[in-house]
Amino acid sequence: MKIKRNTLLSLAGIALLAGAIAVADATLGRFSVRILNLSAIYIVLALSLNLLNGFTGLFSLGHAGFMAVGAYVSALLTMSPAQKDMNFFLEPIVPFLRDLQLPFPLALLAAGACAGLVAVVIGVPALRLRDDYLAIATLGFAEIIRVLITNAQSLTNGAQGLKAITKYSTTWVVWSVAALSVAFMLALVRSSYGRTMKAVRDDEVAAEAMGVNVFKVKSTSFVISSFMAGVGGALLGHMITTIDPKMFTLTLTFNILLIVVLGGNGSITGSVIGAIVVTVLMEALRFLDMPMNFLFIKTDGLPGLRMVIFSILLMIVVLYRQRGLMGNKEFNWDDFLGIFRRKGASGAGGRS
Amino acid sequence: MELSTFFQQLTNALSLGSLYALIAIGYTMVYGILRLINFAHGDVFMLGAYFAFYAATSLAMPWWVAFIVAIGLTAMFGMGLERVAYRPLRDSPKISVMISAIGASFLIENVGIVVFGGRPKSFPSIPLFDTVVHLGPVSVLSVSLFIPVITAAILVALLWIVNGTKTGLAMRAVSTDLDAARLMAIDVNRTISMTFGIGSLLAGLGGIMWTMKYPQLNPLMGVMPGLKCFIAAVIGGIGNIPGAVLGGFLLGVLEIMIVAFLPELTGYRDAFAFVLLIVVLLVKPSGLLGKHQAVKV
Repeated sequence: MKIKRNTLLSLAGIALLAGAIAVADATLGRFSVRILNLSAIYIVLALSLNLLNGFTGLFSLGHAGFMAVGAYVSALLTMSPAQKDMNFFLEPIVPFLRDLQLPFPLALLAAGACAGLVAVVIGVPALRLRDDYLAIATLGFAEIIRVLITNAQSLTNGAQGLKAITKYSTTWVVWSVAALSVAFMLALVRSSYGRTMKAVRDDEVAAEAMGVNVFKVKSTSFVISSFMAGVGGALLGHMITTIDPKMFTLTLTFNILLIVVLGGNGSITGSVIGAIVVTVLMEALRFLDMPMNFLFIKTDGLPGLRMVIFSILLMIVVLYRQRGLMGNKEFNWDDFLGIFRRKGASGAGGRS
Repeated sequence: MELSTFFQQLTNALSLGSLYALIAIGYTMVYGILRLINFAHGDVFMLGAYFAFYAATSLAMPWWVAFIVAIGLTAMFGMGLERVAYRPLRDSPKISVMISAIGASFLIENVGIVVFGGRPKSFPSIPLFDTVVHLGPVSVLSVSLFIPVITAAILVALLWIVNGTKTGLAMRAVSTDLDAARLMAIDVNRTISMTFGIGSLLAGLGGIMWTMKYPQLNPLMGVMPGLKCFIAAVIGGIGNIPGAVLGGFLLGVLEIMIVAFLPELTGYRDAFAFVLLIVVLLVKPSGLLGKHQAVKV
């Protein structure tokens, strides 16, 4: 009976969340809706990084590169030839790409697929490396992608970037993708694939001895993660409506890493909560960069103060609470309801 | 290509290579001892330049006093950084330490933006370094000649410290086996602190000489050199000081020469280092001078 109760609660929770999002979308101002949608995009991105970092134990710093691939692919595929001509004023776009136009859902899939394809090309050499070598190699690849985009004038419009991208990332689109990602991650992590990934994370050698094809598991995880990063990047592009290579630097990867670490490395719930908390805080703390006037202290705008706070936050989490908000635990109803019961859910217990 | 142009570029390449080498040594020493990529090293380099700038302008010190003060401050900062950001995580998983390093790097950069301002500053000119020297048909800035000479002198001193003093012996011991070194009554924390101090001192010196050659300071100036010098350290074989120097020179010379002789590739300049890194990692992951280390189970 308990399982049924939990399923019902979950369905009710999802319905409630969907209702809340619908209400928020209808009543909130444009700025708030933007933050709401940005949270959803960051959920997708954080989940994709968490899959690598938290579930497979691969420390990658190349996420911004895959996002860039996704954002550019989707933007170029959805623009009409006329829009492309307007953007590419320095050097005309390759004719083939100029006339190619796909509907948004297909373009989104193509964005993910291209990012995944790039991940295959990068993963084959890079995944032979371990730990910090992998981190630095993926960082290098991301930087190479960025330099290539900057220089491929007739393909990407170079440093000028792309402007007037159609704003397809509505509240429903981004939150559906986010919900889909969460569902996919839950299914993946609980499947045998997910278990092999965790085995590789916990002890590569032992996993290999048990017959796990470590390289295959790693590359699968890398490609899936990059696919999601590509989709996330595409959504981001379609929300901001302008993209340029400078957007996709290490700072962006750092923001996502912050979410994953803050939420808890290896926790899906953690990534979701982390994404929302960090996105809202990022915007809420925007006043820090503005001119301030306390009782005695006056500052005339310190751009960067917001990022200082965030860096300190990350340092504090890493130094004093390495497990982040959720550790590697997931939300479940038994634990949640246990909070409200006087004696706690000692009998119900949570999955660990 | 005329011969004089070649020599001109060669001087540039040598001075850039020397700077890369100086910073790469800091990476390689820290990695050798802690197996940690000190992502904040590039930012320590940036701080060195800013300390010198403020000492020379706001405090109006003579340039050589300013340089000594700045180098000292940078070394102290590096030791403080290790104390605050890395020492508490000595027994934590590698990923935590690396995230801490990345966090520290972003913290320093952003504090830099807030405190120093995001706008680039230019270093006041120092006549000794700013004169144009004519060597036959080649004319170069004197600083481009000073940099390799100073670097060579520093290198000799460093090799003496590492191979000829007790502190150096302790460093080598800790880098071989931290726990065994502790059992041999080596003060591990002090040794690690010293390593960070020396690495940061070299980064500070590198930062100052960098601004002599490219007299623009901004809070993010350490990011690219930092990454490239880490790559230089990996190319040479991380943990190996002569390797870092070799890697630094290789990278500096390649970068300048490719841009000089194949100008159409200029836009890709920042990618050379990464391409080189990936090639080296694939062909010889232990680097040019590094020893292959088997992973023990």
